[in-house]
Amino acid sequence: MSDTAARGAISLSGITRIFSGMIPAVDRIDLEIRAGEFFTLLGPSGCGKTTLLRMIAGFETPDAGTILISGREMQDVPAHQRAVNTVFQSYALFPHLNVAENIGFGLRMRGVKKPERKKRVDAMMELLQIGAFAGRNAGQLSGGQRQRVALARALVNEPEVVLLDEPLSALDAKLRAELQIELLRMQKRLGMTFIFVTHDQHEALVMSDRIGVMSRGQLQQVGPVLDVYEKPRNVFVAEFLGLSNIWPMTAAGGGVGQTPIGPLQITAPMGAERQVMIRPEKIWLYNDSQAPRDRPNVFSGVVREAIYMGASTQYRVELTGGAIVLALDTNNAAAERSWRAGEAVAVELKPDNIMLIEG
Amino acid sequence: MRTQVQNEARRQGLRLWITSGPGLFWIVLFLLIPSAVLLGIGFFSADDYGSPILPVTLQPFQQVAGYSLLGWDDGNIIIFLRSLAQAGIATAVTALLSYPLVFFIMTRPAALRPLLLLFIVLPSWTNQVVRTYAWLELLGPNAPVSWLAHALHIVPPDLGIAPGTFAVTTGLAYNYLPYMMVPLYASAEKLDWTLVEAGRDLYASGLRLFWHTVFPQTLPGLLSGVIFVAIPAFGDYVVPQLLGGDRALMIGSLIANQFTETPDWPYGAALTIIMLVFTGAGLVAFRVLTRKLGGAGEATI
Repeated sequence: MSDTAARGAISLSGITRIFSGMIPAVDRIDLEIRAGEFFTLLGPSGCGKTTLLRMIAGFETPDAGTILISGREMQDVPAHQRAVNTVFQSYALFPHLNVAENIGFGLRMRGVKKPERKKRVDAMMELLQIGAFAGRNAGQLSGGQRQRVALARALVNEPEVVLLDEPLSALDAKLRAELQIELLRMQKRLGMTFIFVTHDQHEALVMSDRIGVMSRGQLQQVGPVLDVYEKPRNVFVAEFLGLSNIWPMTAAGGGVGQTPIGPLQITAPMGAERQVMIRPEKIWLYNDSQAPRDRPNVFSGVVREAIYMGASTQYRVELTGGAIVLALDTNNAAAERSWRAGEAVAVELKPDNIMLIEG
Repeated sequence: MRTQVQNEARRQGLRLWITSGPGLFWIVLFLLIPSAVLLGIGFFSADDYGSPILPVTLQPFQQVAGYSLLGWDDGNIIIFLRSLAQAGIATAVTALLSYPLVFFIMTRPAALRPLLLLFIVLPSWTNQVVRTYAWLELLGPNAPVSWLAHALHIVPPDLGIAPGTFAVTTGLAYNYLPYMMVPLYASAEKLDWTLVEAGRDLYASGLRLFWHTVFPQTLPGLLSGVIFVAIPAFGDYVVPQLLGGDRALMIGSLIANQFTETPDWPYGAALTIIMLVFTGAGLVAFRVLTRKLGGAGEATI
């Protein structure tokens, strides 16, 4: 598999952090992050993702467990001795230093001589296109510029791992989208390990090689973006990442599961899971009169709500039995047509697209 | 229309006078007039009992500079420099004591902090003379601290640490500690701890971490504290009078002597004027310095 001793690889085992008497903020986390990977910790606020990041940075000490960075045990090493740099959510730029001094701070603290320091800071500022602001104070910069300075300040030290704590959350949507791509390019170009913390599922999908979804201090699922989205392990992951239809199910034998919307033909082998999940965009919509009744899992219903979202339209369809199905239809040239509230439709849930997940 | 605007302006003017009038009256009557009288006295001659009489003269200022009937004497210069040194050392001591105290209090539970701050401020609400006498006891010849000083041959046997220069420094630092601590606490309370974390993240630790991340953030409070301590310490009367003895005389005592023990009002007034001039000049220089340091906009009084 992966080489846990490679420069920039991280290996967490049994990491636990309990804040005074409460339930664990981080609960027995085992996680391997590969060298040079863009890894995202995704979860709602309070799920423990920031605490986990802070333990890797060295701002918090785990109550139990070990942290290996590039193969060396680090859980008891203070933050200033770790070859790890952080991009803070608030950027945390030093207000009494200008941009160039901020970026050069880490090198200065490590005793890098001035000519060498200047060379590296200049190169980094050029890379991130912030050379024009070198002499400015942090307070005179826009949000996007500050974000770049904060990133430069971390990257210039050539750390083994870069930690990013929701660095884009304070920016407006357009700038955020730009910086997501820029951040991703920078990471691929420098080949450093990036650990990115966010609560924004879209951001996680765009940027990550792999995602770890967290909830209540535990990792719910870890895997490549595609796997986590297409094959969520449980209800939490399915609901947190994208939209989903989830129903409880009882196995009826012969690849058929009993659900509130009716019996469903399912391709996936039935194990211990007791929930079925299907993504809205995997559901086919037809005019009720043109539905392919000869195929399995076709149900009639009425459109209750149609929300036009530009590239796609989201439908809430009430089936004959009263169950609600969420369906997403792209508005591309191939789309047959769109429906309005009150129209009779049929939905098709193809057996291959139905996932079995844990509760 | 025009008369209406004029009426409005007149009414506003009247309101301004009514609201600020009493305060203005108070300041003029009890602050400006006595100060002007005192300053004026500095330009008079003294009679045999030290009271101001005509003719107007600059002789008191010559006295301040050290000239008398007996020729030039460096006594006043030495007292002036000693006051400056004592104020400077006391300010530095209060600053050095305040940082650990402030951070100790800041890191206590929120409910405990006001109480701890109160303990620091509480003594300054009691009489300064009483507190200074207490120090006289603590540092006197028969106090344990003086025995220690005897054993270390810092102070000759039979003498105490007080009266003496060191006792004055101690007394001043003790007396003005709250005036350093409170502004420092106010600025430290707003400390952005993420900047400290950023410093640790970027390989700083210990004193360097403090210097680069905490110190710049608390600089406004420190500078306010310096003004609050240095200026009154420079002109302090009670502490050098009680703890100083003759060889630790400071400018405050020198001025007071001209109005009490060996009266010479014009000389005392001239000393006051010179002290005010130097204090004012120091304040201006300090403001210029803080503006140059930048980010110290709050360091005003």
